[in-house]
Amino acid sequence: MASLAGLYQEMILDHNRAPQNFRRMDDANRRAEGNNPLCGDRLTVWLRMTDGKIQDAAFQGSGCAISKASASLMTAAVKGKSQAEAEALFERFRGLVTGKLDPDEAETLGKLAVFSGLSEFPIRVKCASLSWHALKAALEQPDAVVSTE
Amino acid sequence: MTPAAAAPLIGRSSPPFDLDRIRADFPILGRRIRGKPLVYLDNAATSQKPQSVIDAVTHFYTAENANIHRGVHYLSERATAAYDLVREEVARFINAPSSRQVIFTKGATEGINLVAQSYGRPQLKPGDNIVITTMEHHSNIVPWQLLCEQTGAVLKAAPIDEKGELDVTGLEALLTDRTRLVALVHVSNALGTINPVKSIVALAHERGIPVLVDGAQAAPHLLVDVQDLDCDFYVFSGHKVFGPTGIGVLYGRETLLEAMPPYQGGGDMIATVSIQRSTYAPLPAKFEAGTPMIAQVAGLGAALKYVDTVGLENVGAWERELLAYATDCILEIEGLRIIGTAQHKASVLGFVMNGVHPHDIGTILDNEGIAIRAGHHCAQPVMERFGVPATARASFAFYNTLDEVDALIAGLRTVKKMFC
Repeated sequence: MASLAGLYQEMILDHNRAPQNFRRMDDANRRAEGNNPLCGDRLTVWLRMTDGKIQDAAFQGSGCAISKASASLMTAAVKGKSQAEAEALFERFRGLVTGKLDPDEAETLGKLAVFSGLSEFPIRVKCASLSWHALKAALEQPDAVVSTE
Repeated sequence: MTPAAAAPLIGRSSPPFDLDRIRADFPILGRRIRGKPLVYLDNAATSQKPQSVIDAVTHFYTAENANIHRGVHYLSERATAAYDLVREEVARFINAPSSRQVIFTKGATEGINLVAQSYGRPQLKPGDNIVITTMEHHSNIVPWQLLCEQTGAVLKAAPIDEKGELDVTGLEALLTDRTRLVALVHVSNALGTINPVKSIVALAHERGIPVLVDGAQAAPHLLVDVQDLDCDFYVFSGHKVFGPTGIGVLYGRETLLEAMPPYQGGGDMIATVSIQRSTYAPLPAKFEAGTPMIAQVAGLGAALKYVDTVGLENVGAWERELLAYATDCILEIEGLRIIGTAQHKASVLGFVMNGVHPHDIGTILDNEGIAIRAGHHCAQPVMERFGVPATARASFAFYNTLDEVDALIAGLRTVKKMFC
């Protein structure tokens, strides 16, 4: 049986209540929107890239606890990373939430490992991935809209 | 199951039928989900099926399967007779003057698309308009948008108020001498509002404008009488009225259906075919190209028979009790707001909870075996009107119980405890 407590961990609920980097970024040079038509989640991710590194990351929008907490932890995790590093992190995160990541590797994800319980709720994987898809789109194209449907 | 603390304070009445026996007719209601008894409150998305419907489909494939309107052999004759008989039953169910006016479609959506393309497309001109309402399901918005793109006509939507009631004066103000059709929902899937369809048809007819009614959410709850409503088109889906998926009904005024070109071409809808030209079969076959949904029609027949046995008056009476009880209980939960508080409502309860996204409510309730819908309910303009990204929706059928409402309320208290 899927564990609800494993899904809604305290850290996730905290980040839902008080998300980090939840702001508009006026000096961003990358921006992308993510939409999840299933639950109506919409968010915008802003990045400021200089010298090939993500100097700052922020987001705004409305969504469920999973998508909001995921965006919050993502913006914190990718700061200081290059495009390649951020994309590699997304790959590992995707592996984590779909239950395909080696448990040893999960430990390297730091706070993002809090989403490991998601693998038991496949229908909610999209929620956690939404901000990451928007991040990827922002890294690849300066102004993009992506959908998880 | 622990009853909600508030339950004894709120009156509990008894159903006008043997609810245990009715529930026993629906095998899925006996199953467990995540170790808990299933509490199925997503009836507006699709209803569950009684054993008689399942048996009708199985029996067709087991003992009677054949194509219709072609073979001279025994099974084909049987299948044809059974198929045509269900058309008679549908006509009776909605009080259509004739079964020729009953077209089988794959669902309410296809019925609306058929009317848009066969009725609307040949006659609409740039500058004409179609009037819908803000509370339409996407299925009664997008087919008209496609039609407008094809013809240069304009789509206009009548406003709704903060209770989720249609602003009839606002709708009337949109009607012009270029309005070619009014298309509106009988019962809103997101709000539960029952629209005053009969008086809207009268308003439109005064101006010579035909009216299509989307009855997908009405057919399972209300007695539908297309002659009393005097509507020109009425659509509904079999799967929401306890029948199979993949079958629906379009009712149309005979003179309109006669004048409309076919929607699709193929077998069974023709009188004669040569390489140069074809002539079309009379109603209703003209609109039923290809081998139809024969098994699903058998299932639909069984479903309508089942509904008749229970009685739609009884269905309505018990669903009103369920809705009233659920509304009273839910309002006792602080921070919860009901979206859709029309005076005339079907058993649909849309709500939002402060600080909790409906999707999270859905997942937590699911963990208790409770199935509700979370999202925009294919009615994004309604969400926009109420300024919410999504709602949670519990929708009741006559087989639901007050104990199930209690389970919902207990589940919502768990959600609140977790998030607030």
